[in-house]
Amino acid sequence: MGWFKRIKKGVTTETNQKKETPEGLWYKCPKCKTVITTDEHHNQLYVCYNCNHHHRINSKEYFEILFDKNKFTELNPSMTSKDPLQFEDRKKYTERLIDIQKKTGLKDAVTTAYGTINKQNAVIACFNFNFIGGSMGSVVGEKIARAIDYAKETKTPFIIISKSGGARMMEASFSLMQLAKTSAKLAQLSNEGVPYFSILTDPTTGGITASFAMLGDLNIGEPNALIGFAGPRVVKETIGKDLPKGFQTAEFVQEHGFLDMIVDRKNLKEKIAQLIRMYKS
Amino acid sequence: MNYLDFEKPIEDLIEKLDQAIQLGKEGDVDVSTTLEGLEKKIKKTRKEIYENLSPWQKVQMSRHPQRPYTLDYINELTKGDFVELHGDRNVKDDKAMVGGWGTIDGETVMFIGQQKGRNTKQRQYRNFGMANPEGYRKALRLMKMAEKFGKPVVSLIDTPGAFPGLEAEERGQGEAIARNLIEMTKLKVPIICVIIGEGASGGALGIGIGDKVLMMENSWYSVISPENCSTILWKSWEFKEKAATALKLTSEDMMKNKLIDGVIKEPLGGAHTFPNQCYKNVKKAIKDSIAECQSLTAEKLVKIRMDKFSNMGVYNE
Ligand SMILES: [Zn+2]
Repeated sequence: MGWFKRIKKGVTTETNQKKETPEGLWYKCPKCKTVITTDEHHNQLYVCYNCNHHHRINSKEYFEILFDKNKFTELNPSMTSKDPLQFEDRKKYTERLIDIQKKTGLKDAVTTAYGTINKQNAVIACFNFNFIGGSMGSVVGEKIARAIDYAKETKTPFIIISKSGGARMMEASFSLMQLAKTSAKLAQLSNEGVPYFSILTDPTTGGITASFAMLGDLNIGEPNALIGFAGPRVVKETIGKDLPKGFQTAEFVQEHGFLDMIVDRKNLKEKIAQLIRMYKS
Repeated sequence: MNYLDFEKPIEDLIEKLDQAIQLGKEGDVDVSTTLEGLEKKIKKTRKEIYENLSPWQKVQMSRHPQRPYTLDYINELTKGDFVELHGDRNVKDDKAMVGGWGTIDGETVMFIGQQKGRNTKQRQYRNFGMANPEGYRKALRLMKMAEKFGKPVVSLIDTPGAFPGLEAEERGQGEAIARNLIEMTKLKVPIICVIIGEGASGGALGIGIGDKVLMMENSWYSVISPENCSTILWKSWEFKEKAATALKLTSEDMMKNKLIDGVIKEPLGGAHTFPNQCYKNVKKAIKDSIAECQSLTAEKLVKIRMDKFSNMGVYNE
């Protein structure tokens, strides 16, 4: 596979997100063990050139891949979680939040922004899996709701890039109700005839699958992504035997009729630009 | 009668009462004072126990094997004037999700709800109240029909979760629930939801978007069961009581957090002890809710419903 796509380094990122420092100079593919330099890995959009393993990336990387010149305007950049239930398991939720914010430099598990994709306007809500497993609490729900409002008012195509284990347990029922909230907002967007593309990446499970991730006008998967409602371990326990090969992969989900297409990350920008153009003209 | 662990004092007293009654029947002893005393004591003990239930004890109440189930409510509310409808018109008929036309005091409504079983055989037949995608799609078909004929929907929720099986995944459990969420937010007829027992996560929410979402006093509603929450966050099954408290899953907490619209009182002793009183309370709550919704235009009704769910959430700007 000789494809190479050099991304122009963003000059004017309009957020103050921290640059992630690479852990080392080399990246070893967890699947086929191929070793490449981290620079090359970045240039390959974090996809193994040998086995096409799509490494998990977060909003910072997706925005760089999709938005022209990595220029975008973030929506509600300062929104943060409260602790409405004073939740405490082995650790206080408030402490968990502070720790993960420090570690990731992020405010919560979704980042929303608008910008252009091949010169066409788009609003993107993208999950940060590194923030408590991309779990959805009130902030994620509200940021997605407001991004939908923005898309609706400006008649801009709307995209969610899902990468999440599901609802955030520490906000319990508040989290559950975000499924209802985002669905209500999508119903309103749909009434205005604004297209919504749902991109399901590894992993997309639980309440995310049971709400907006499956409600796209188009549902688009990343190769080999885990996509399902119940997690594979739970399903395995339920049926009491080993799961068939490829169960709950994007390819499996497409075969069963729930994805319109699977798009390699290297083609994602072109494909979305093409689709936006088709819905417009 | 089955008794839960914390109901043991009541079980003992009732046993004594039965013995005294038996003794009185058999002959010469005047047991009337004993009976009176025991009855008083039972009342007092009930009050003490049921007025101070912990969240975990309420979860146990919600799962009580003698608690009224969906079809019990439907039969009582309609006095038998109910026609069950089957199938999703696509794959099959899901026995964990029931539905059909029924009348409440002469007014036709569409009932939907999860159904649990009472004995081993029934439990398996009903898949423990865990619906497959077909169940959610059957419920949606019935709701759309209610919309077509301008009839209110009454959704009775009682599920430990949507079924996490292999075929459920193949046939799109996530999509089925998601579809219901978006369709229910915009359905043009009143939707009254009552959590009668267990309201577990997406499996409950999948038929839980309503103009009025009510909880029975001793039901629970949350994003996960206390047991599974304990396993994930505490890495052990044993912290289920702690998890039940932490999740704020009781009707009281849900009301306090403004995530539901009302609580339906249960008599002291719970729905399983005095089901008839419960049916009365539920019937009144449903009738009042329908009347309130019917005073609004469909457009207004949908807008209020959407706004209600859109406003749920707590965050710092
Ligand atoms: Zn590889």
